[in-house]
Amino acid sequence: MSKPSYVLLGERLAMGVGQLFTTLSKSPPYRWSSGVLRRFGVTGRTTVIAIPWIWLLLFFLIPFVIVLKISFAETRWLGTPPYTPLIEHVNNQYQLRLNTGNYWFLLKESLYFEAFLSSLRVASISTIFCLLLGYPMAYAIARADTSWRNILLMLVILPFWTSFLLRVYAWIGLLGNNGVINRMLISIGIIDEPIIMLQTDFAMYIGIVYSYLPFMILPLYANLEKHDLSLIEAAVDLGCKPWKAFLKITLPLSMPGVIAGSMLVFIPAVGEFVIPRMLGGTDSLMIGRVLWDEFFSNRNWPVASAVAVALLIVLVIPIMVFQRFQAREVGAAR
Amino acid sequence: MNKRSTTLMTALVFGFAFLYVPILSMIVFSFNESRLVTVWGGFSFKWYGQLMNNGPMLDAAVLSLKIAAVTACGATVIGTLAGLVLARFGRFRSRTIFSGMVTAPLVMPEVITGLSLLLLFVAFADLPFVPNERGFSTIAIAHITLTLSYVTVVVQSRLSTMDDSLEEAAMDLGARPAKVFFAITLPIIAPAMISGWLLAFTLSLDDLVIATFTAGPATNTLPMMIFSTVRRGITPEINALATIMVAIVTLFVAIAGISMSRQEKRRQRDVQMAIAANK
Repeated sequence: MSKPSYVLLGERLAMGVGQLFTTLSKSPPYRWSSGVLRRFGVTGRTTVIAIPWIWLLLFFLIPFVIVLKISFAETRWLGTPPYTPLIEHVNNQYQLRLNTGNYWFLLKESLYFEAFLSSLRVASISTIFCLLLGYPMAYAIARADTSWRNILLMLVILPFWTSFLLRVYAWIGLLGNNGVINRMLISIGIIDEPIIMLQTDFAMYIGIVYSYLPFMILPLYANLEKHDLSLIEAAVDLGCKPWKAFLKITLPLSMPGVIAGSMLVFIPAVGEFVIPRMLGGTDSLMIGRVLWDEFFSNRNWPVASAVAVALLIVLVIPIMVFQRFQAREVGAAR
Repeated sequence: MNKRSTTLMTALVFGFAFLYVPILSMIVFSFNESRLVTVWGGFSFKWYGQLMNNGPMLDAAVLSLKIAAVTACGATVIGTLAGLVLARFGRFRSRTIFSGMVTAPLVMPEVITGLSLLLLFVAFADLPFVPNERGFSTIAIAHITLTLSYVTVVVQSRLSTMDDSLEEAAMDLGARPAKVFFAITLPIIAPAMISGWLLAFTLSLDDLVIATFTAGPATNTLPMMIFSTVRRGITPEINALATIMVAIVTLFVAIAGISMSRQEKRRQRDVQMAIAANK
């Protein structure tokens, strides 16, 4: 029985490492040191937990603490880093200076509030469109013949593997005044003047729905594929109309998939920067874009940090909902 | 019944058209003689030639490939450990916060991740072992943090569909935990680790926002180059680049998909034979 070569190679390597480990673990220095380490609570198990734990602590949790800290600092226009320290050493004592001005600034300037509202609106509408387009697709794939299912699924995943940036860029060529769609419509004779689509909210919605559609389809498919079809058969046998059986059985059963997919689209879409920048108009107010400009154009790091903290507060509930469903989905597979 | 399947077929055809028309249009116009991206002026390879002579673009591509390779390896190691911990280690004291930290980067808006990591690198720039020049290493660290969650999810779901009786049997027979991992668990999760590696590689290759935040002024990755080129207007060169990338990815995904489905079939056959033999 032949296995693919990479699996063979992997097994060889794994066995080699395992052998090496066994030899090492019998050597006196190892046994002595592992005995000492064990006394301090360091075992193989804790080490395996500790490596990802420490990485995430260092590069995921602590950075947020720093963002929080800098959001309370004052902007220092000249000098690096361009913010003031929170703790100052004056007259032999340490002083903590919390500056809440950045947050007051966010509340006072209507620009930020409107950007938040408009981001939430854009993300919600995009999520609904993803759901309307993605649900029938996921359903059709889940109910397709087994031979077709994997091919269709691969076709959903394939765009995801190709550059997101380039796929968004492709829409510039399609939607422009001189673009493919306008030229086609003019040559057919439906319109005389090109429709202005690029740099409008319409183009932005197209871009977001297009980019995030696979994120909606995949969790929905994973859910719909597991359904027990005999439930529907029983309902239909007992005289239930197919659409009613769908509404009463399939739809409620697929709610975890709907929520997981919606969160996977909604949460990143709220903070989206690339798509509004490339396809949306110059006046499109998205909070991701505001944060970017605040940081890169205005070089106002404390205000950018305050925007990030506010965005995180807005998203904390959706993120927690997502995590609950994510844990349940992966756990349910056991 | 028939009406419903027509509706579903329409949804599929429309959905796939929506997903693929932009990609196909890029491929078609990459062979366009004309400089105008949307007017067909005859077949030509000239944009590919121009791309091959675009030194800065090629440098950026090489840098991005290097970062992606380092990222994919790092994320696979750390992500696999995290997946193993979540799927097999049961309860431990900090499990809730740990699983929260692992899954949060999946949905965290990139601007937040990018900003927070940059501020971390700036805040600790003076400490030893911290790179003072932002560039390759800072981008790789940021990308590992972003992509290890994807590896974790893939590995974790692979482990949770497989029951742990094999591992328990090996333990009962006196194998040490490390030996069990290398002899039994690792071969089983190898396909998941490979898809995790590929996923991390492509995500890193594709990332613009986090790379822009964590890169120094002198560093230019491929997405950063594409972004600044596109801002100056569309050019057929980018279409040629896109076509090359799509071709490579399609090839890889096809090979991986075929070999994985073969292996899965073989595994299922083995399991059935084992069950039959035990009867």
